[in-house]
Amino acid sequence: MHYQSLAISDPAELTFGLAPKPVTTRSGMVIGGGTVYPELNFTLPPIAVDAGTMPEVRRNYEQIIEGALRRAAELEAPGVVIEFETLPPMTEHPAWGLEIVKVLLEGLQREKDRSGLKGVLRMTPNDNREFERPPLMRHGRYWDAMLELFEGGAAAGAELLSIESVGGKELHDEALVNGDLAASLFSLCILGERDMRFLWTHLRKIADKQGVKCAGDTACGFGNTAMVLAEQKMIPRVFAAVVRAVSAVRSLVAYECGAVGPGKDCGYENPILKAITGFPMAMEGKTSACAHLSPMGNLAAACCDTWSNESVQNIKLLGGMAPTCYMEQLVYDCRLMNTARSHGKESARQLQRWLVESDVATDPQAFIISPESAVELARVIVGSDSHYHAGAAVARKAVELLRGAHAKRGLRIAPNELVWFDSMQNTLDELPESESEFIARQLALADRSRFLPEEYGLEG
Amino acid sequence: MNELHPLTQAIIAGRSKEIAGLINQCLAAGEKAESIVENRLVPGMMTVGEKFKRNEIFVPDMLIAGRAMKEALKILEPLLVNPDSKPEHSAVIGTVEGDLHDIGKNLVAMMWRGANIEVIDLGVNVRPARFLEAVLQHKPNLLGLSALLTTTMPAMRNTVKAIRDAGVAVKVVIGGAPVTQEFAREIGADGYSPDAGSAVDTAMALLNGKACLAGQDKDVHALPIPGHL
Repeated sequence: MHYQSLAISDPAELTFGLAPKPVTTRSGMVIGGGTVYPELNFTLPPIAVDAGTMPEVRRNYEQIIEGALRRAAELEAPGVVIEFETLPPMTEHPAWGLEIVKVLLEGLQREKDRSGLKGVLRMTPNDNREFERPPLMRHGRYWDAMLELFEGGAAAGAELLSIESVGGKELHDEALVNGDLAASLFSLCILGERDMRFLWTHLRKIADKQGVKCAGDTACGFGNTAMVLAEQKMIPRVFAAVVRAVSAVRSLVAYECGAVGPGKDCGYENPILKAITGFPMAMEGKTSACAHLSPMGNLAAACCDTWSNESVQNIKLLGGMAPTCYMEQLVYDCRLMNTARSHGKESARQLQRWLVESDVATDPQAFIISPESAVELARVIVGSDSHYHAGAAVARKAVELLRGAHAKRGLRIAPNELVWFDSMQNTLDELPESESEFIARQLALADRSRFLPEEYGLEG
Repeated sequence: MNELHPLTQAIIAGRSKEIAGLINQCLAAGEKAESIVENRLVPGMMTVGEKFKRNEIFVPDMLIAGRAMKEALKILEPLLVNPDSKPEHSAVIGTVEGDLHDIGKNLVAMMWRGANIEVIDLGVNVRPARFLEAVLQHKPNLLGLSALLTTTMPAMRNTVKAIRDAGVAVKVVIGGAPVTQEFAREIGADGYSPDAGSAVDTAMALLNGKACLAGQDKDVHALPIPGHL
């Protein structure tokens, strides 16, 4: 493994606002340098995105950036991260995406000129590669358009590059509904790892050429899909929690390829990654209830460096347009964390404990990303000799931690989920030691109509 | 309380390896294939559906039971008088144009199949014309449309319009994170499901000629029976 030791080995140090390797933006924000910044993300109300509607689309983004930044400045935010997560047509037609990048950068500059508000734009092109079924991961029009958008956005001034990459997802959805941990490992640690390495090697080249930063990736399409399915009682929460732990092995690859943070907000595996890499991380929780439920609304903030709302539609609320209202909420959340830190280490530590304790015993998915669990899981990952072995080892450790916490009455787990511990353990016990043997076994089981092994550098 | 037959118990627990032996025991005892299906297998799958409905088990458990059921039917089909009976109802389903999110759609398809509805899955990013073409070709009772993005909700509207303009008699059910019952009514859909779990109830209500958009019909308790997964 690229990382063979931990950047943060004490759970108390895995805390909000501080990262051993902070990221400094052109505007002077130091993310991970002692201040938590709000990170706002937003999307359109129900309108189609096409050539005919682009003027309306543009007006929406102008309204969003103007209102949200004005509110941030009024509330004296120390700085803001604006995330532009493109919609599929904006990646497919890079010119449309770049038009909006320009709108947002101009908005940031205007507010800086007006009030001095510091800001940075994170650009997250939607990964369109899965529009092809089976997906073409390394070439084709979707790949080309996505890279064109990254390059154009970086050249225009989007300083942080991110993506919710989808490599391996074409098999992982089925792994989730089947409760198949071995298939999940194959998707995340074999296919996902290979795709991330290919993708982020390209993104690193773009970032270096344009003088911007690779920020980070997320296992959103994997871990968060599991989280939502668990919430709908389709799959057990303990299974989703173990998948989350394994997903860290996949997301880590971005940092192995040169990403420096802040990690992407919806990567709930980020505490594990922060412990390994020392880079700052975006997190989301209670203030992203506009986008989806999470069972760790407070705990997720315990080690955040930017605090995000995930996404909100540009619709009118009583307090203003929704993105403006959510900026306000984020600023206040951050203000509390920054005030705690301004009172010294012990105060920050106290708030971190409260954030953790308020959620940690209520759900296995919260427990598994608590600072204590995150450090233990991170240690297992860096002690492994390959991503496959790291995935298997971190899954074993996750099962062990969850079982132990439940046995000590430190974690509530529904009685009908307990049988899943043995089931997952059996799966892990039956995994072959050899990665090539594992790949051959999973390839024989996988639905070949859904994916192309050669797109992951595997022999069919 | 009557103890369940060992074959029924094996179906519920998804113990596929035991199925052949238990069926052979039933046949050796003189039980007809039809009776085994009706009195041993179907009650097992009904129990599985009820357990899922009560949140006692999860989708993977249902799928495991479904595989055991398949195993059983594979053995019994040659012995059945009418082995090729098709489901009474059918559905076409897909994620609308511009959208590639399909796990919710896949779960609905699975639930509908479990409720003995034949499902033709068109996949993701399906144009309105393709939906219409499939509806004309397969003549389903139901059309299921899924979307996750706010920006693909208009594609849902366009699809319903294409179906209505063609005058095809099919009940349209929509669902997905940004979709609401109000939106379903507005675009002229017949039903709305807030999640995959309730999609069977919505489908059954529509197939039984009940209106769905005034609110979920609490009288309908169709259970997913994953024997047909």
